[in-house]
Amino acid sequence: MNNIKIIIGMMIVTFIPRYLPLLAFSRLNIPKPLKKLLRYIFPAALGALILPGAITAIPNYPAAAAAGIATAIVCSWFREEISLTVFLSVIVTLISLYLFGY
Amino acid sequence: MEEDIEEYSTERKDTLSKFREGMIASLPIFIGYIPVAVTFGLLAKSTGLTLLETFLFSALVFAGASQFMALQLIQGGAEPIQIIVATFIMNFRHFLMSSHLSAILPAKEKPWLLPFLSFGITDESFAYLSTSHASKEVDFILGLEYSAYVSWVGGTVTGYLFGNILPPILQASMGLALYTLFIALLVPEAKRSLSVAITAVIGGLTHSCLAWLKIFSPGWNIILAILIAASIGAWIIDEDEEEDQ
Repeated sequence: MNNIKIIIGMMIVTFIPRYLPLLAFSRLNIPKPLKKLLRYIFPAALGALILPGAITAIPNYPAAAAAGIATAIVCSWFREEISLTVFLSVIVTLISLYLFGY
Repeated sequence: MEEDIEEYSTERKDTLSKFREGMIASLPIFIGYIPVAVTFGLLAKSTGLTLLETFLFSALVFAGASQFMALQLIQGGAEPIQIIVATFIMNFRHFLMSSHLSAILPAKEKPWLLPFLSFGITDESFAYLSTSHASKEVDFILGLEYSAYVSWVGGTVTGYLFGNILPPILQASMGLALYTLFIALLVPEAKRSLSVAITAVIGGLTHSCLAWLKIFSPGWNIILAILIAASIGAWIIDEDEEEDQ
């Protein structure tokens, strides 16, 4: 029951910011400092999501995780193609895990 | 009358062909989502969610990063309100994407479609739409978004039901897929703006420190880390380098 409560709550707080600006039609006048803050929430959130989670994503095999992360960084730097990055990095992680004797 | 019908059918055909174009454009997103969605399904199962809950998660929330965060927080025993507040803060970025879209949509002739269009906004579809060559027609955007949606929801259910069939070594590797998706979203942004890159690093380091210190619960840790890093980025580092969009 708690989980359903969480899901409904998350749905509401996710949908409202997605819909409000389109509902209001004209571009909302957001104060500049707030707009700046909003612009930086995305990278801040991504950073906080990646660390420390990525290091412990594969318990006991941090080196394999590091290989996968390095692949993802290099790949997305040169080719901005989401699916390519995800697949290459999963493959490199898989090979590393195999080499480390998973 | 006949003319009307003809006009109607060409318009309909137009709608369909634009929708289809959107679906084709979303193919890289569709494929990229699959391993991440399958991982979400797997992880939701091991967190103890039911199939229905897992399905509803992806079908109603449709915001990958916050869904994974919620799983982590549920596992850590966080209060529902913490999870919802953290989700609100994390997903508030869609507000900017949506206001950007509302400025560039060519015509507002189909207002009943806008709730669906807004619901489908994700980092990935927005990243695509921000490129200059992308079509900004409502039907095209819907095709782009909902093809990704099908992949996300379908992958989630598949992962929940059949994820265990995959060899354990592949399951372990896919545990990293989510993080590589985040990296794939972050690196292109960070490449173009040093302040974005520094903000992300601060976010990661702050979160790591808070997680290590264990003063607050995990739910507040991520909220604090995001707010601290975004404030430093916006009000200390940012030098008005360029007004976005």
